[in-house]
Amino acid sequence: MDVQRRIEAIWRIESARLIASLSRLTRDVGTAEEIAQDVFVAALSQWPAGGVPPNPGAWLHTTGRHKAIDRIRRDRMRDDRQIGAALDPTLAADRSDDDLLALIFTACHPVLPRESRTALTLRLLGGLSTDEIARAFLVPSPTIGQRISRAKRTLTEAKVPFETPTNLGERLPAVLEVVYLIFTEGYAATSGDAWIRRDLAEEAMRLGRMLTGLLPREPEPFGLVALMELQASRFRARTAPDGSPILLQDQDRSRWDRTLIQHGLAALDRATALRRPLGSYSVQAAIAAVHTRAPAFADTDWEAIVALYDALGQIAPSPVVALNRAVAVLHADGPDAALTAIDEVRTDPRMARYHLVGAVRGDVLLRLGRPADAAEELERAAELAPTQRERNLLLARAAAATAL
Amino acid sequence: MRVLVMIKGNGADEDRIAPTTEMLARMGEYNEELVKAGIMLGGEGLKPTSAGAKVVFAVSGDTSVVDGPFTESKEVIAGYWIWQVSSMEEAVEWAKRCPHDPQFGSEEVLEIRPFFEMEDFGDAMTPELREKEEELARQIQSQQRES
Repeated sequence: MDVQRRIEAIWRIESARLIASLSRLTRDVGTAEEIAQDVFVAALSQWPAGGVPPNPGAWLHTTGRHKAIDRIRRDRMRDDRQIGAALDPTLAADRSDDDLLALIFTACHPVLPRESRTALTLRLLGGLSTDEIARAFLVPSPTIGQRISRAKRTLTEAKVPFETPTNLGERLPAVLEVVYLIFTEGYAATSGDAWIRRDLAEEAMRLGRMLTGLLPREPEPFGLVALMELQASRFRARTAPDGSPILLQDQDRSRWDRTLIQHGLAALDRATALRRPLGSYSVQAAIAAVHTRAPAFADTDWEAIVALYDALGQIAPSPVVALNRAVAVLHADGPDAALTAIDEVRTDPRMARYHLVGAVRGDVLLRLGRPADAAEELERAAELAPTQRERNLLLARAAAATAL
Repeated sequence: MRVLVMIKGNGADEDRIAPTTEMLARMGEYNEELVKAGIMLGGEGLKPTSAGAKVVFAVSGDTSVVDGPFTESKEVIAGYWIWQVSSMEEAVEWAKRCPHDPQFGSEEVLEIRPFFEMEDFGDAMTPELREKEEELARQIQSQQRES
């Protein structure tokens, strides 16, 4: 096997923990990442000739520690305790999980803009190169490079301490948000190289699972993992060979990924078994689980879904949640109840230009035997649709309604 | 990408590799590492082949059943994992870290095999074959539902 590719694989496995332990020593993630890069370069120059050491992880950590000590001395950061800590090799292994957790919270720190958090997380925790991140986000490589270096500078200037925050409950949502943003960026990919983007979704799932390993007493990371895995289990079934989307109701459920379903449902069980209040990701995962458990769309337990949307509306009220709830009401209680629900959503000014309100309302009106009203609603929705494909779809439905 | 990692041992060594507490503890630590790395999707250990059986279809057309243990076998599967990794190289690096105990003098092999993804089949997967494959998957799912 090619040594360079081997080193890259080792880097992927080790880099997060390496950067994390170096961050504790240097108390600066930017410096830590530079040192880690140095170590990587050293491995690339030495290993092809001298061979990969039997325990490559230990080699990287030892080399990194030496470089960190040199750096600390050179920068005259003559804090003896700091050097002392750096010299004690036993400390590194013990602190490894704490360091990794601290690294995640630093990368997702609220002083950073959201887009920097995702880039920095992929770089520091995922071990992805600037080019890889740029490819995944369909952004030029220098843009990502600048974003990352600016983020590291911001962390240094803001003197963000390298530690797991004590107010975990307040800070955890920002971390989960970053992981889910990475996932949706990959999952919702409609452009670019779809397979690279799918790697991004896989990376997000990996980060989420990593978080559950580090925070086994927190329900919400499990809920997020469950949500991502249950959504990703439909990956194969949700697009036709020509790339057009297939709606949940039309998906071939036999093509849903059973390994991910199993793992996702188990993660959701873990979230609920912790017997603590569930957050919005867990509840969304529970909704996804109801769909997963239905053998066919017609068998969906819509009452359960309406109840879960009620819960979600309590935890994370939003007009989009209310709209999704209205769709569930349509299936559970019929079009009359759905129309009442959706007209409530319509009063929200944030939904004034959201095409899906009209799309759902048009559908409900059609079922109420009001095709002319439905057609009008669907045409209005088409005007607001963000893509040509959706516009065409809505116009076709409007035309079909007119023909009735 | 997803890979299946099979732990294989020599059938003749089977009796000698009864899991000790120490081995189980080391394996537990390794599994914990895999979980914390976020790559583990599943895995199980298998009982020794003495608890197993083989159904053999001979070239002659005869079908016979062979009860375990398969002491003559060079490779018996002792367990498996399903990992989600970014490359074969990454899977190999993880596999190399699996604890193994040379004191028994037995050879162990970890075989890593990537799963097929639909797109791997390309044009060889005709619509008819795909339909068949989907039908089969439907059946499996309906059986799982009943159980």
